[in-house]
Amino acid sequence: MAKHEVKLSANVADTIRPDLARVNQHPAWHALRSVAERITTPLLPDDYLKLANPLWSARELRGRVLEVRRETLDSATLVIKPGWGFRFDYEPGQYVGIGVLMDGRWRWRSYSLTSTPAGSQRGERTITITVKAMPEGFLSSHLVGGVMPGTIVRLAAPQGNFVMPDPAPSSVLFLTAGSGVTPVMSMLRTLTRRGQIGGPGSIVHVHSAPTEADVLFAGELAELVNTHDGYRLSVRATRAEGRLDLARLDDVVPDWRERQTWACGPEGMLDEAQRLWASEGLQDRLHLERFAASRAAARGTGGTVTFERSGKSFEADAATSLMDAGEQAGVQMPFGCRMGICQSCVVGLLEGHVKDLRTGAEHEPGSRVQTCISAASGDCVLDV
Amino acid sequence: MAITDVPAFTHLTDADIENLGFELDAIRADIEDSRGERDSRYIHRTIAAQRALEVAGRLMLAAGSRRSAWWAGTVTLGVAKIIENMEIGHNVMHGQWDWMNDPEIHSSTWEWDMSGSSKHWRFTHNFMHHKYTNILGMDDDVGYGVIRVTRDQRWKPFNLVGNLLFNTLLAIGFEWGVGLQHLELGKISKGRDDRAATLVRVREFGIKAAHQLIKDYVAYPALTSLSPAATYKSTVKANAIANVIRNVWANAVIFCGHFPDGADKFTKTDMVGETKGQWYLRQMLGSANFDAGPSLRFMSGNLCHQIEHHLYPDLPSNRLHEIGVRVREVCEKYDLPYTTGNFAVQYGKTWRTIAKLSLPDKYLRDTADDAPETRSERMFEVLQSNPELGYTATDPTTGRRRGLNTAIATVRAWRRDKRSAK
Repeated sequence: MAKHEVKLSANVADTIRPDLARVNQHPAWHALRSVAERITTPLLPDDYLKLANPLWSARELRGRVLEVRRETLDSATLVIKPGWGFRFDYEPGQYVGIGVLMDGRWRWRSYSLTSTPAGSQRGERTITITVKAMPEGFLSSHLVGGVMPGTIVRLAAPQGNFVMPDPAPSSVLFLTAGSGVTPVMSMLRTLTRRGQIGGPGSIVHVHSAPTEADVLFAGELAELVNTHDGYRLSVRATRAEGRLDLARLDDVVPDWRERQTWACGPEGMLDEAQRLWASEGLQDRLHLERFAASRAAARGTGGTVTFERSGKSFEADAATSLMDAGEQAGVQMPFGCRMGICQSCVVGLLEGHVKDLRTGAEHEPGSRVQTCISAASGDCVLDV
Repeated sequence: MAITDVPAFTHLTDADIENLGFELDAIRADIEDSRGERDSRYIHRTIAAQRALEVAGRLMLAAGSRRSAWWAGTVTLGVAKIIENMEIGHNVMHGQWDWMNDPEIHSSTWEWDMSGSSKHWRFTHNFMHHKYTNILGMDDDVGYGVIRVTRDQRWKPFNLVGNLLFNTLLAIGFEWGVGLQHLELGKISKGRDDRAATLVRVREFGIKAAHQLIKDYVAYPALTSLSPAATYKSTVKANAIANVIRNVWANAVIFCGHFPDGADKFTKTDMVGETKGQWYLRQMLGSANFDAGPSLRFMSGNLCHQIEHHLYPDLPSNRLHEIGVRVREVCEKYDLPYTTGNFAVQYGKTWRTIAKLSLPDKYLRDTADDAPETRSERMFEVLQSNPELGYTATDPTTGRRRGLNTAIATVRAWRRDKRSAK
């Protein structure tokens, strides 16, 4: 191709500028930042200030780990003080993305917040997440056992639809298992703070864990039972008693059909719950949270590539580059050299995994990838 | 006429070239596997030190009234700008640090401290220059359209004065040359551009350049004029000189990469069906290093390792030195040249070539098949046409295959003898 045509057809991705829209909550600070930016351009004042204190930057959400509190043998609660730009008006039950620096790389996972939102009143300016070390989850093991107080982590804004409304419904069932109790803990703490735990029978909580010793927040839940008549807790130690059979839910919670239910736990339990509620025509009373984050890459199998912003998708095999997939789907993909050297085509990988066609290396969700030399490794979603 | 056939020029078989590709791939794999905390710490510290240096320079300019403080501030600021553009900006935009998955140190987000926009640079440099390196008619960096840097380019009357003049102007205003390159003023003036695309680019460039100009020539001078030790004018001057220090330095380092003697040029035929190994070869033959200790290496943004940088544009700059040791071994194994030399000598050679090439070809002794700045496979025809040289493909005593280095040395020796015999 002649030089002229190469130049005319090229489509280089714009340089992504920092998104400071969310810091508009402090208009005065924002105005000051805009003025100071005249002398710090092309950087932001934040890029200098964060060298003095990593939390003094609204360019990327950050937090400092203040405390790592052991909950059970294989789980811990991280108390994190977020830096500039973090909004504390999240909803109880939402999760937060957390990026941890490991071997020089930032790796991202999502965890349910277990703290209560500050709402309008100025509460303590920290958040907590509670992490259970997974056997194959090197990042979760690192968070439980390897993170020291003082560590700086990256944060993504809280999100998720698995939330407790305000005011709370009068009759609630929490159905949790294992670390599925974490978003519910945020809800319980919030309900307690708001004084929204009603009279006897208003909240029933059925929780499963392998043994009594594995129950997260066991002390706090027992305390809640003692202080609130409206909160009833039923713990099932599955190693001794076997898994809870939802077909016999009537025995444990006879009035479950009348309750708004929040369920969080292993995939199998949630599928079963979904079938049960659907069979009774009560889907609108069931709220589910699935933890799909730790799913491993499907190792070079290809998959459905979804292009988030253009709303298109394409079924690509393991040898088709994401760029080819996009172009065949009719997406205006940014491109340059098409051989992996120019970084013109880098876009964000929102979900799923992709494989570097040159080296076979897998990239995780939350990273940015060169589409010309990457292929889908299972289903994935690109920010383009 | 520049190289048209890379395998023929390099005296390598297809199998050799394939193996060379594998060996160079293996170096990449080793570095990729060993990237980690040490490298991440390196770039974070470099960025922190650069920002501290810049603040220090600006403070000296604001607070010191003495001439020596002014100079110290100016030079400090110039050095800070050099580090920002070269060791940080250029390398970050190449994606050398993308593996860290840090959105703040990433090719897709970095904007650098100079008048050109990083988006345009990723096109003209990362794409056009690094993919079509030294291919005449494809890589605009071969003379930037105004300087005749190889006798493959036809002589035009304006070269007579223009070559040295434009080279000087480009060195002083390098950031503007870089910034304007993607706008292609030549094409605009001839009306051969795509107007809509041009307008978008002019806008992008205009916004970036305006921010830079306001910073260095309005905002900072106004701010420092509040200090009793400085004036508006003293800061304007200091910032201008700091920018020029950076421009001249960056220009010198970059010219040492592709214009000293021994950095070869190629024709478009080389691109057709080019294999990975041939691509590697073109990058190696088209680039030149210069010898540097740790501080010169750092100040050049590790572009003293231009050869390694062109082989692996996206591997972290702090690793290029160790990569260089291995690349050199590969070059020796395949009897390939590894062009390097003293920095001042290499830079001097670029000026010498540019000065020479301001003259029309009839005043030049060498042809485009065998000149310091460009060669072609035709330079080896003398090895066949002069049987008295006794040149064979393998060395009769060692049994080792003769490669490009030996062939070049033989032709050179023959030419020297011929000249001295006259």
